[in-house]
Order: sequence, then C-alpha cells, then structure tokens
Amino acid sequence: MAMNSTGRPTAPTGDGLCPDDLKTFSGSRGLMQQEPLLHEVGAPEKCGVDLPDVPEHTARLGGLERDKTIGLPGLSEPEAMRHYVRLSQRNYAIDLGLYPLGSCTMKHNPRLNEKLARLPGFADVHPLQPQSTVQGALGLMAELSDWLVAITGMDAVALPPKAGAHGEWCGMMCIRAAIEERGELDTRRRVLVPESAHGTNPATAAACGFEIDELPADATGRVDMEILRTKIGPDVAAIMLTNPNTGGLFERDIREIADLVHEAGGYFYCDGANLNAIMGKTRVRDLGVDAMHINLHKTFSTPHGGGGPGAGPVVLSKRLSNYAPLPYLVRNGDGWALIEEATQSEAKPFGRMSAFHGQMGMFVRALAYMMSHGADGLRQVSEDAVLNANYLLARLSEEMSPAFDGVCMHEALFDDAFLKDTGVTTLDFAKAMIDEGYHPMTMYFPLIVHGAMLIEPTETESKESLDRFADSLLLLAKMAKSGDTARFTAAPALAPLRRLDETRAARTPVLRWKATDA
Amino acid sequence: MRYLPLNEDDRAAMLARIGVSSIDDLFADIPAKARLDGLIEGLPPHASEMAVERHFTDLSRQSLSAGDAPFFCGGGAYRHHVPASVDHLIQRSEFLTAYTPYQPEIAQGTLQTLFEFQTQVAQLTGMDVANASLYDGSTATAEAVHMAARITRRRKCVLAPGLHPHYAQTVQTAVQGETMDMQVMTPAMGADAGVVDALDDQTACIVVQSPNVFGELVDLEPLAKAAHAVGALLIAVTTEVVALGLVKSPGEMGADIVAAEGQSIGNGLSFGGPYVGLLACRNDRKFIRQAPGRFAGETVDEAGKRGYVLTLSTREQHIRREKATSNICTNSGLCTLAFSIHLALLGEVGLRKLAALNHARACVLADRLDALDGVQVLNQSFFNEFAVRVQGNASQIVEDMAKAGVLGGIPAARLFGTGKFDDVLIIAVTETNRDEDFDALVATLAEAL
Repeated sequence: MAMNSTGRPTAPTGDGLCPDDLKTFSGSRGLMQQEPLLHEVGAPEKCGVDLPDVPEHTARLGGLERDKTIGLPGLSEPEAMRHYVRLSQRNYAIDLGLYPLGSCTMKHNPRLNEKLARLPGFADVHPLQPQSTVQGALGLMAELSDWLVAITGMDAVALPPKAGAHGEWCGMMCIRAAIEERGELDTRRRVLVPESAHGTNPATAAACGFEIDELPADATGRVDMEILRTKIGPDVAAIMLTNPNTGGLFERDIREIADLVHEAGGYFYCDGANLNAIMGKTRVRDLGVDAMHINLHKTFSTPHGGGGPGAGPVVLSKRLSNYAPLPYLVRNGDGWALIEEATQSEAKPFGRMSAFHGQMGMFVRALAYMMSHGADGLRQVSEDAVLNANYLLARLSEEMSPAFDGVCMHEALFDDAFLKDTGVTTLDFAKAMIDEGYHPMTMYFPLIVHGAMLIEPTETESKESLDRFADSLLLLAKMAKSGDTARFTAAPALAPLRRLDETRAARTPVLRWKATDA
Repeated sequence: MRYLPLNEDDRAAMLARIGVSSIDDLFADIPAKARLDGLIEGLPPHASEMAVERHFTDLSRQSLSAGDAPFFCGGGAYRHHVPASVDHLIQRSEFLTAYTPYQPEIAQGTLQTLFEFQTQVAQLTGMDVANASLYDGSTATAEAVHMAARITRRRKCVLAPGLHPHYAQTVQTAVQGETMDMQVMTPAMGADAGVVDALDDQTACIVVQSPNVFGELVDLEPLAKAAHAVGALLIAVTTEVVALGLVKSPGEMGADIVAAEGQSIGNGLSFGGPYVGLLACRNDRKFIRQAPGRFAGETVDEAGKRGYVLTLSTREQHIRREKATSNICTNSGLCTLAFSIHLALLGEVGLRKLAALNHARACVLADRLDALDGVQVLNQSFFNEFAVRVQGNASQIVEDMAKAGVLGGIPAARLFGTGKFDDVLIIAVTETNRDEDFDALVATLAEAL
C-alpha cells in the first residue's frame, strides 16, 4: 500500500461499503447535507440583522397596531448562509452542465452583466425620481430600444412587459386597440394559433377577449397552408405564430402567411421565444411581422433565476406603434423624458401594464450582452446555436428518432418512436438523463409530437460538451432498446430525491408549513 | 468572442458531420428575400469586457442615485437596507442559472425555497396560502381582480380612493378584454371607508390599499364585513410590506385576497423592476383553483422522503391553454429568493424592530416638517410615508430640491396628473434615513417654498 511520510495511506484500500447501502446517522450523505425547512431550523427570537434603537415617538397607527405574533422564523447570518447554500446544492444549473431545455434557451449568463446591473445609477434609482436625475437610466433604456429595433428592423419598441407572456399580452393589446380604432372589435373575434404553440399564446389571446382557433401542423411540422387558407377571413383579428416554431423549424411560408393575414385585414403576432436562432440572419420586419415580444431572459441571457424574473419588450410595426402602452420614452432636447400619462401623450396608448417602466435590471444585463457580442457576435450566436442543435440532431439520430426530416434551427425535436416496445417512456428516459448528470430536455412538448423530446443546447456549449452529451444519450438509447428497462423506470437513483409523487401533491395540497406539522 | 466556445475547426468538423457544406445551408428555410447577407446595420462590432464596463459606468454616473442623496421617495417602491449576504446568496450559480423547477428531483433547492417563501408570505399577510409570486404588486392586483370575478361569478369591481393610481390603471387595462364593470372612485385622502357605499349584490370585489397611496392606514375590518354581507370579496393591497411588521395583517382584518408588492424586502429600487408580486388568499378550494401562477407543494418521493414539486398546474396556461386562470409563465423567482432570505435574516424580532424603526423615524420627520411654515402634514395615520401640503407647486419644489441634491419625495401630481393635488408632496422615510438627511430635507424644503 502506498504511504506518505507520516505513514498515512495515499490510495483507497478497496474494502468500502457500496454507497447505496450506507445509511448515515445525520441524514446527510457526504457533500449532500441534510437541510430541514426554514421554519424548522429558524426560531422567532433569532435574528441576522442589527438595527439601531427605535427613537422616542408617539405612534400614529390609527389604532391598527399588530397585537398578534407573525410566527416568522429568524436565522443568524452564518445559519442563513448554511441553509441557503445547502439548498442551492440540490439544484441543477447552467453553470453545472448542459441544460438542454428546449424553448427555454438556457445559455451561459455572463457575470459582467450581473456586476453592471448593480451599478448605483441603475440599481439604486427610484422609478419616480425627478426625470432630470435619472437621465443615465433613461439613456440606457433608449440604447436598448435602438439595439432591439436594429436587430429586428421594426419601427418601435415597448419596454414595459415584464416577461414573455406579458409581452404577448402587450402585443395583442396593441392589435386589439388597432382593431377597436377601426371599429371592428365586434366582428374581428378570431385569433389563429397553431396547435404547436406555447400555452401562453392561447391564454393571452383569451385574456384579450378573442376566440382561439387552432391551426394543425402539416407533415413537415409547419403550419398547414391548405387549412390556413380555409380559416382566413374577415373575422380574423390576428395569427399568433412562433418562428422558428416550437418544433425547432423555420416556417418557410412565413411571408405568405403574413400576406394572407394582412390581406384579410388581420395582424401578425410573432412569438419571439426563439429569436436566438435567427439574429443577424433575417430581420423580423422582412418576415411581415406586426408585433413580437423578445424574451431578454432567453436570447439576451438575463439569468433565469429559478423561474424569473424575465423581461419581454415588444417590437412593433408602424401600424401598431401608436398603441404602445404607458410609460414610454421620448427625446427631450439633449436628454430623455418619460410619457407617463395618457393626457401627455400624442399617441393612443392602450393603457398601463404595471406600476412602473419595466424590468430595468434585465435591461442593463441584456444591453451589456448585446454590446459584448456586437453585430458580428450576435450573428455568430445564432449560427452557433443552430450549428450545435443540428450537430446533436445528426449525432443523436443514430439511435433516437427525429420528429421531422431535414435540418432544424436552434433546437432538435425527437419523438418516442425509438422507445417503441421497450417499456421505457419519454419520462423514464428523461429521468435516466438525470443520473447521467444532465438536466432533461423539454418533455411532451410540443403537443403535436408523440412523447416529444425537445433539445436546445444553445451556442454556449463547446463541441466537447456536445459530444459527451451525445455519447451519454446514445448509450442510454441503446440500453433502453436492449431491454434494460429497470434502469429507466427506477431513475433517477442518484439525484438528491427519487421520483416525486405529483398526484399526491395535487390531490391533498400542502402549500405551506404549519406549526402543527412540526 | 469570450462567450462562444466553438472555434473554426470545430465548426468545420460539425458541418461535415451534419453533412452540409456551409452554415448557410442550415438557414436555407429563410425566404431568400428576407435573408440578411451582411451584418446587422447600425450596430458596432463586439466589445471587450473592459470597454462595456466603461460605457455602463459612464451611463450610471449620469443619474443621481438614492445612496448619493438624502432620499425620501416611496409611492410603491421603498429603499431599505438589504444585507450583503442576500445579494451574495442569490448569485449562487445554482439559484441564479437554474430555470423553473420542472424536474423536481434536481430542483429541490428552488422548490424548497419557494415553499418557504409561500409560508412566509402567508404568515406576513395573515392569510392561509400564498402563490410562488407574480411580476409585481400592480399586476398581482390585476390578477386578484380577475380571480375575484371568477370566484364570485360577478363583474363589478370597485377601486378605493386610496389605491395607487398606477395600480388602478393597471387593473383597468387588464380587464379590457372582459366585460367588467369597473368603478374607480375619485382619489382622495381619508375616503377609503366610503368604498362600502358602492357595494351592491353585483359586486365581485372591492380593492383597498393600506397603507394607501397617501400613506394612510385603513381599517379593513368594517370594509370586509360590508363586502361579505353582499357576497363580495375584499382584495387588500399593500405596496410597503415592511408595514406588516407593525400593523394588523389584512388577513386578521378579514381580507379574502391579498395582493402586495414585495420589493421592499430583499430587493432594491432598480428603477421600477424587477420586483416581486405577492398573492395570498384563504384556504378555500374555490380560491386556490382560481389563483394565478405557480404553487410549490409538499409531497414525498418513491422512498418516502419529503420533497417539493410544482403543483395544481391544471390551472396554468401550459396545461389549460386558453382556459387557464392567467397567461403568466415566468414569474419573479430570484426576487422571491431575495425576499425570503432577507425575511429569514430579519425573522420575527428583526421585522418588528425594522417596522417600528421606520414608523418612529417617520413620526420624527413628520413633526419636524409640520413645524415648518408653509408645510402641513395631512395624515391622521401613517406607517412610514405621509402626505404634506406645501405652499406652492410640489412638482417645482421637488425639482428645486433635486437641484440642491435632495430627492425630497414624490409630488402627488406625478401620480395623479396635474390639477388635483398640485400642492401635495408624498414623503417616505425608512431606516436608511439619518438625522443629517432630515436636516437636509427640512433646509432645502424651507428654501424651495
């Protein structure tokens, strides 16, 4: 046995227990520390903040003083650090590995952007400070607008929307306002939405008061033009189309679709969730689009943060620019002014979407991302994103079944045909990927493909990383076909938890901790 | 390009493996007429980290930040001290660069913190349950109105006179797609109790803010009773949740739904966003089934270990599509985490003391301002924000104070438009304001009058 100078062994002796069998006394397993709920580790008397004494005063609470305890748990700072760091270690993250969640564009989040978003002129200014004191912040919003307009070729941009779905609503409300001004709100009721659309599209159209008419896909995974032609008519308010679509395919007939809708007097709303595939390769304007939201948290890399916050600015064609919501920016001499009231406005804003002007913190990060890449880099982003997806499509097709023929854009869609008769489902396959150290792809979406697996690697993966990922998936696919179903149905075995009982969670909802549970 | 790992050799090898000769073959589906051959016009080429940082630093310097001036702005966004550990923890890669916890086995960090957040919000508001966040307080209020209309199957909604006008406008905009009968009461101080006069058996909800936009505290109990008597719901709105450490919670006073802005705990001003919308309600199946957004719920894994999942998602757009309770998908994930960590550091003791400190400091300043000639404090009650009548035009006075380097509050006309409250200034005080700041405000205000 190898020993060091103090007689300590320097190589394993090989007589250890199998880790699966090893039960620990603490509940922790090595680096995976056991961590109860905040309400179980914290205590009401604990505090991690020092505050000065409360000065003498006569309370003016109008007799509404709280007389009951709240029951909030507290932690000292070291205890808080442990609690949250331990919990963080139960999360998969882009910084840990490839995160191929199709339609979500999980790309690297540059840390420069985090630093810049914290500069005091952006992070520590109030939305209602005198406008003369926030010219830098307004200037940044103007610069961001210029970049978004240049990339898309559109006429105007509305910055207020706080996420993609909020942006969809913004664009569709502009369309609604335009239709209302034409006096056709009672007759233009129908919005065409492909079956493959994100659920937010029909939900948004419904929130604007429209009726939804679903468009089926053709055999190539794109809008069925024959059926579209039969559905177009004077009662169509708009079409909501994602392009590239949720199957990762470019809608080849997009200009004809735009023409058909426009000729019928309707508008073309484009869901910009997949802008990452086409930046610098085409301009949205040239595709005939009237409104499109841009998910800054996807294409322009503001962090996803466990589900948010996002930002969803909307670019608008000339026909719709006049209806953009409050507040909006205008030039004011050498500087910028915010138009905050309809009475100050020369346009016809459809209303106000939220209390303030939008997701400033996301604007800073997105603009920093754009400037870092520049015109050349943004185009390279799209080229590499599409190249990476096609490389995976090519490699994975050896064992997995692509949903459609031909090349894809920034994401590759597979169905579950390759798992036929194996006893392994898309869900099982995805859970087995967790054991391999990968976050699964988007599963069972889009709905038009059976057992869908939507893989979006993004441009920030190296070839080596893609190869390792492809090697793992190919081996898994082979193993599934060879009949080793147990490995899949039992997966994940190596994650912090095994498969969770979602039925139980929904049938008997426990949505908060309660003292009686302790 | 520092963010792009592929090199030219990689690209060539990958194109070969795919079986195409050039990258443009992969973009062949774009109609020829719409293809962009050169670079995007009007944009500069890529820039170094140093160059980008320099540009942003220059821009940042062109604003007067709150930390560089005596600062008294509120009106729905408040400047509190956030412990350094909060910002450190939310920048952990595992929180920052994760997405929505769709795969619960490898997202327990996010899911457990959401469950803890939901519990904290429910406790703070005095409600039974809370969701996993919405965009901000104003959109949460709009969602609460939709929710109340669905629960009661009624169409009339009354907005109280003290509701933040931007919230009122957000709600009015949000219901344009439906046939709602919106009754927006004329903004006024001391008038929120009058909301009961608008109640009838068609009313779905009344929306009442406390502390209201003028900073007044509103006794919600009689309003809840009156609403319930006709089968309507009380939606309680709060834009300054630190107040809940010192005043009775809306739940205690009978609110059915609480919509609140959570920014003031854990989150900076950030020029209006991102913030965090809180939505809490009674533990009633009908309420929860009609609630918008995500819920984290407790369950067990196959081995019987406790864990958390996103649940009740049959309300949501990705399942229900056009019949969903809301179109919301992305929420305020990382802002909820900041809220939750800050509130965990404060705990019961810290939050109560922080709230007491805010109130006490505001009382001290109110007394000093009231003693000033030409200034009159208008509030009978307040938490940390109050309205004063000034001799002259409040907007001009605020501009003049800004020129002297003091951010002395929000002219009410900025919120309500000119004409109505032109001589009213709304002033917020937090634990961050020192005595020197008070001196500066009093001196510049006296000067500007």
